[in-house]
Amino acid sequence: MENSNKTPFDGNLDPFMEEIKPLRKRRWLIDLKRSPLAIFGIVVIVVMAFIAIFAPVLTKYDPTSVDLAVRLKPPMPFKGSTSEHILGTDALGRDIAARLANGARVSLLVGIVAVFISGVLGVSLGLVTGYFGGWFDDVLMRLADVQLAFPFILLMLAVLAVIGPGLWNLILVLGVTGWVTYARVVRGQVFSLREKEYIIAARSIGSSSLRIIFLHIMPNVLGPVIVIASFAVASTIVAEASLSFLGLGVKPTTPTWGMMLSDGREYIRTAWWLTTLPGLALAITVLGINLLGDWLRDVLDPRTLIT
Amino acid sequence: MINYAIRRILQAILVILGVTMAAFSINFLAGDPTYALLGDLRGLSNQDIQDFRHRMGFDRPIPEQYLDWLNKAVHGDFGMSIKYREPNWKVIMERFPATMKLAGSALLLGLLVSIPLGIVAAVNRGSIWDRISMVVALVGQSMPSFWMGLMLMLIFAVWLGWFPVSGSYEGWRSMVLPVLTLSFYDIARNTRIIRGSLLEILGEDYVRTAQAKGQTPGRVLFDHALRNALIPLITLIGIDLGSLLGGALITETIFAWPGMGVLTVNAINGKDLSLMQACVTMFAVTFVLANLLVDFTYTYLDPRVRLQ
Repeated sequence: MENSNKTPFDGNLDPFMEEIKPLRKRRWLIDLKRSPLAIFGIVVIVVMAFIAIFAPVLTKYDPTSVDLAVRLKPPMPFKGSTSEHILGTDALGRDIAARLANGARVSLLVGIVAVFISGVLGVSLGLVTGYFGGWFDDVLMRLADVQLAFPFILLMLAVLAVIGPGLWNLILVLGVTGWVTYARVVRGQVFSLREKEYIIAARSIGSSSLRIIFLHIMPNVLGPVIVIASFAVASTIVAEASLSFLGLGVKPTTPTWGMMLSDGREYIRTAWWLTTLPGLALAITVLGINLLGDWLRDVLDPRTLIT
Repeated sequence: MINYAIRRILQAILVILGVTMAAFSINFLAGDPTYALLGDLRGLSNQDIQDFRHRMGFDRPIPEQYLDWLNKAVHGDFGMSIKYREPNWKVIMERFPATMKLAGSALLLGLLVSIPLGIVAAVNRGSIWDRISMVVALVGQSMPSFWMGLMLMLIFAVWLGWFPVSGSYEGWRSMVLPVLTLSFYDIARNTRIIRGSLLEILGEDYVRTAQAKGQTPGRVLFDHALRNALIPLITLIGIDLGSLLGGALITETIFAWPGMGVLTVNAINGKDLSLMQACVTMFAVTFVLANLLVDFTYTYLDPRVRLQ
């Protein structure tokens, strides 16, 4: 509008597109520099991933080895602590640092694998129901209603109680129950995309439905999917911790943040660090992922691209 | 409107049926529930096991068992709890009020805090208050509620001694920490949503018209913008109720609050199958009915929806 003194707009968009092309390309980098919170989020995720991957090398103690001689030692700067156990020990004299590092492994593994499962499941169902509609769509959406009518955690708790706790059962349950959001969002997007000219064009030159769905439609719905998935990793990690806290997570010999919190609750009057440290690890990780998710939403949402 | 109401009620019934079916079939995920219920099989003859299976009705086809259960449930008979040796309905009704007290207070507190916070953030967009409240909201959404509960317990119950650590024996003082824990997440989420919704509406033409007419900022905000900005809040209350009921499971476990949450967790851990089904059904019915009410209120309040 400020350019009204120049040549009037002749309907040719090319010069304009040329002008904004590099802007669009570099946009995410510019955005990242402008957003210290997103950088903080990425740093947190990288550090946590590093700790998770190299957990056995980073800590000198086995996370499950018991040493009753050093029970309930507080973390380092506090009275009664020992430099042998920088973050202190629990009621059985197990090293908190080693247990936290192992907890990071479990949390990230469960978060990422479960979200991958629910993402693939939800996106496929959303694409198929959105494109074809019909009775399958009706049935699936009613199923989604039913699932949303359950308090999420209750459903997982009940299923785990019956099929038995354990790492892979947990991942399976979290993965299978997480499909609803993806399916709903993707389905909604596909609804509006399938009547677009380029889809009709593809159909008219004889492209198969499968080709249209995966080649022409899917790339256009992946933006919101990535955003949902990033937030889902965070909420899945919290769900895993909650289930472990309620006693139905990974098996009791594997240290997880949720289980450490549940153990620590017994000692809340005497050993504050047992409830503080695992929760802090959990909250920082989740915050980091949410910050990244927030930023991804800003970058990938086409509505914010204009302003 | 009438058509919409009928369709919506039918849908709600369908959802409740689906939930009860799911709750019922969970029992059979790991095969015959007879063994889960009996646990230790030593000292039992095959005949004993068969008798037990027959007495519990597990030897009948699963759909038949479900219809039988449903028929009784509709007539108010939810079976007997194995652990409490009392009708499930009675066991639940003894604890349901405690949970509603907790969830209701948390819902109320959540709204009382998040509405002003969201308004202040949106009106002073970009200001330091806006940023602070958004960071607080983000941190609040990232803080797992059960850790929040444990920290509140550590600081205000163990260190300061202001409130009891657990239980429900000290009146309102017992309620403070569980209610705070339960409402924290909703406060964080609602603040963000109210801010977003109000910001969107402050950019609408009719708000500019009101400003152009010379209305005072206060009147523009409260008479024109806020009325519309708060409509999504009604939907939020429905969603909140779901997260509050789910959150009750954990919050009640942390603070040993004698409500439905603890009851359900114990029923699940103790394999008290019929009580578990009754609890799940109760949760689902509460949630579905509340959302039905929310939908009707929404339709009633927003003429744009009503006219469609």
